[in-house]
Amino acid sequence: MEYKLKEILEALLLSASRPISIDDMVKVFEDPKPSKDEIRNALNSIEEDCSSRGIELKRIASGYRLQVKQSLSEYVAKLWEEKPPKFSKATLETLALIAYKQPITRGEIEEIRGVTVGTQLMRGLMERGWVKIVGQRDVPGRPSLYSTTKEFLDYFGLQHLRELPELPALPELKSIELELPIEEPESLDDNSQTIN
Amino acid sequence: MVESKASNPQNSEEKSNNPRQEEMFLATVKGKETNLPDDLYVPPNALEILLDSFAGPLDFLLYLIKKQNLDILDINVAKITEQYTSYIDLMDAMQVELAGDYLVMAAYLAELKSRMLLPRPEEQAEEEDPRAELIKRLQEYQRYKEAAERIDKIPRLDRELFAAQAKLPEFATVAPLIDVPLEDLTIALAEVMRRAEQSQAHLINFEELSTRERMSQILERMKTESFIEFTSLFNSKEGKIGVVVTFLAILELLKDSLIEIVQSEEFGPIHIKGIEEVH
Repeated sequence: MEYKLKEILEALLLSASRPISIDDMVKVFEDPKPSKDEIRNALNSIEEDCSSRGIELKRIASGYRLQVKQSLSEYVAKLWEEKPPKFSKATLETLALIAYKQPITRGEIEEIRGVTVGTQLMRGLMERGWVKIVGQRDVPGRPSLYSTTKEFLDYFGLQHLRELPELPALPELKSIELELPIEEPESLDDNSQTIN
Repeated sequence: MVESKASNPQNSEEKSNNPRQEEMFLATVKGKETNLPDDLYVPPNALEILLDSFAGPLDFLLYLIKKQNLDILDINVAKITEQYTSYIDLMDAMQVELAGDYLVMAAYLAELKSRMLLPRPEEQAEEEDPRAELIKRLQEYQRYKEAAERIDKIPRLDRELFAAQAKLPEFATVAPLIDVPLEDLTIALAEVMRRAEQSQAHLINFEELSTRERMSQILERMKTESFIEFTSLFNSKEGKIGVVVTFLAILELLKDSLIEIVQSEEFGPIHIKGIEEVH
C-alpha cells in the first residue's frame, strides 16, 4: 500500500499547478482512505528520495509543492525566455507594510510611505491574490484593513509570516534625543558651517 | 536660511538658479570634513527621470541625505529643506507637474524649518526637538524601505523557484453525479408543461393570393362576360386580404388599360368591362 501511496502522491504533486494540502490529498482516495499520518510518512519518503534528484518537496503556506531545487534554478531560468516580472518600489514597499503591519489601512500605509497609495496599486495586489481585505477599522469612514494571503507566502516559498526577513529595528528614540543638541539659529548663518 | 543669504549675497544669487551650489558646501561628518559628492548635482532633464525612480518624497529625502554622506541623525533641517525646495522649485520652473506628495513634504519641511528658527523659551527647552519628528518619520520609512528590499530578495516563483510539473496523462474527467429526488423531477416536468401551454403556437396560413394571379382570373372571366359587376369580383370568404388583392388587381388592370370602369348612373352599380379591341 505504501509504495502505491507514494506514487499517487507524487503524481498529484506533479499534476496540480498549485500547492496541494494534505486534505486535498486525502480527497482523491476512495475508501479506505489513507490516514493523514500515512500521507505524511509517504511525503517524508518522497522528500528523502528527492535528495538525489533535481527537485525538492517544499512545504509552503497552502500545502506542499514539488519544485526545482533552488540551487539549480539558474539553469532552469535560462530556459525561460520571458524575464520574471519586476516589482516597483511602490509595490514592494506597500507589500512590506501590509506584511509586517497587518492588518493595516491604506491611510496608515500612506502615512509611513509619505505618498498616496494608488487604487490601481492596491487592486493589482488584490488581483494577484496576495492581499485581501479582512475588515474595517472602527473609525469614521470605516477604512478597509488589509492583510497578506497564503498565496503571497506560496509565491515567496514561505510557510509562515514569521519566515519573512526580520524587520530592521527602529533605533531607540532615547538615543536620537541624546544626539540632538538644540540647534541654535545663529549657527545657520554660513554655508560652510558644519553639520552637527 | 534668510541670514545666510544676507551674509553671503554672492552665493545666494548663484543659488537661485543653479542647483550646483551644493558642491561649494563643505560638510563635516562626525568631525571629519568631507567634500560633497559631485553627483549631487543633477542636470535638470535627468532630475525628472531621477524623481521618477523614487518611491516618494521620503525616498527622495533619504537620497539627498545619503548623497551628503550623512546619517539620518545628523541632518540639518535648514540645509535639507533648502536643497529639497530648490529641486522642487527647479521642477516647477521646468513646468514639470509633480505629485502633490512632494509639495506636501516641501510645506512640511518649510514649517519645520520655521519652527527651528524661532527662539526657544527657556521653560520649553524640554520640548522635543522639531527635528525629532522628521527623523522619526525618515527612520520609520527607512525600515520599511529596507524591508521591501529584503522581500524583493526572497526567492520567488518563476524567478528562483520553479514548480515541478509533469504533463498530464489523458483521462476522462468524471463529472460528479448528483442524486435528483423524484419529487424535484416531477416539479421540473410540471414547470415545463406549464410553459409549453403558454407558448401555444397560432399558425397563420396565408392563402396564396397574388395580385398577378387575380388579374389573370379577372381577364379570364372577361372573356365570357363583357360586363362584370364590380362587387361580384370580390369573394368575402377570402377576407380582407382577398379584397385588397382583388382591388389591387383591378387597379393594375386599369393602369395597364386592359379594363374600363363604368357607372351608368350616380350611385348606380359599378361595372368593369374589357377594352374593345380596335380592329
